[in-house]
Amino acid sequence: MRLMFSLLSGMLFGAGLFISGMTDTTKVQGWLDIFGAWDPTLAFVLGGAIIPMFFAWRMTKGRRPVTTPQFPPQPPVKIDRRLAIGSLLFGAGWGLSGLCPGPAMASLGYGGVFHWVFFAAMLVGMWLTPHILRLVVRPATA
Amino acid sequence: MEPDWIWGLAGGFLIGLGGVVLLWGNGRIMGASGIIGGLVDGSGRSEWADRLAFLAGTFGVPLLLYPFFSEVDTHISQSAAVLVAAGLLVGIGTRLANGCTSGHGVCGISRLSVRGIVATLLYLLAGGASVLLFRHIWGII
Repeated sequence: MRLMFSLLSGMLFGAGLFISGMTDTTKVQGWLDIFGAWDPTLAFVLGGAIIPMFFAWRMTKGRRPVTTPQFPPQPPVKIDRRLAIGSLLFGAGWGLSGLCPGPAMASLGYGGVFHWVFFAAMLVGMWLTPHILRLVVRPATA
Repeated sequence: MEPDWIWGLAGGFLIGLGGVVLLWGNGRIMGASGIIGGLVDGSGRSEWADRLAFLAGTFGVPLLLYPFFSEVDTHISQSAAVLVAAGLLVGIGTRLANGCTSGHGVCGISRLSVRGIVATLLYLLAGGASVLLFRHIWGII
């Protein structure tokens, strides 16, 4: 049952990313390019995705998901350096390539070898992150 | 061919439905960087099958749709150096921030999470600056 929901969710996610044009790096970079030929498509994608999710979150009160007792807990409110630095680094790479993790996964199957280059580098970055954090945060525990 | 914004809105709605299915089905937040990252660094090992099932759907459906959209092109950079640098930035950045466009953007904003909204504003800002710098000032993309 859990696997069915995971698979269905991933299928909808992949279909949406493909149909919306978000696997086209020029559309993403076009949205970020406010000084060039600005492309508003991404705003419609984000808006279209937020609408069903907004109502889904609203209706969670007093209910439970199908396969598990609880919805995710309330998110923390604290804005820390880790969130800020991470988001800025991510944005820099997003602008440089026009790819973020979802579309990178969605275009891997048909996009060609350069997509695998990006994807492999992204996996290395994800794998490195806990090690980088351990080096940077270590003095706090000493 | 319909205008891009209609495809954008329709595709966005499907992305949102994907988020609804994961939230109401499994009580999980649909964040691509978290789902992939948990497999890579081992933090999500206990749910590896859920994660792989999700990623199989994300990978597989576009592959099946691709033959029916002959005009589709990803226009990806043809520079390995650019892609390696960008991939490292995206991988490290999303894992530090604990989320990307799907987790912080779609799922965070829709529940009015302060962290989601701040993260989204920051990566949009950095993304805009990045395109300005690399495209218009240095001319390498």
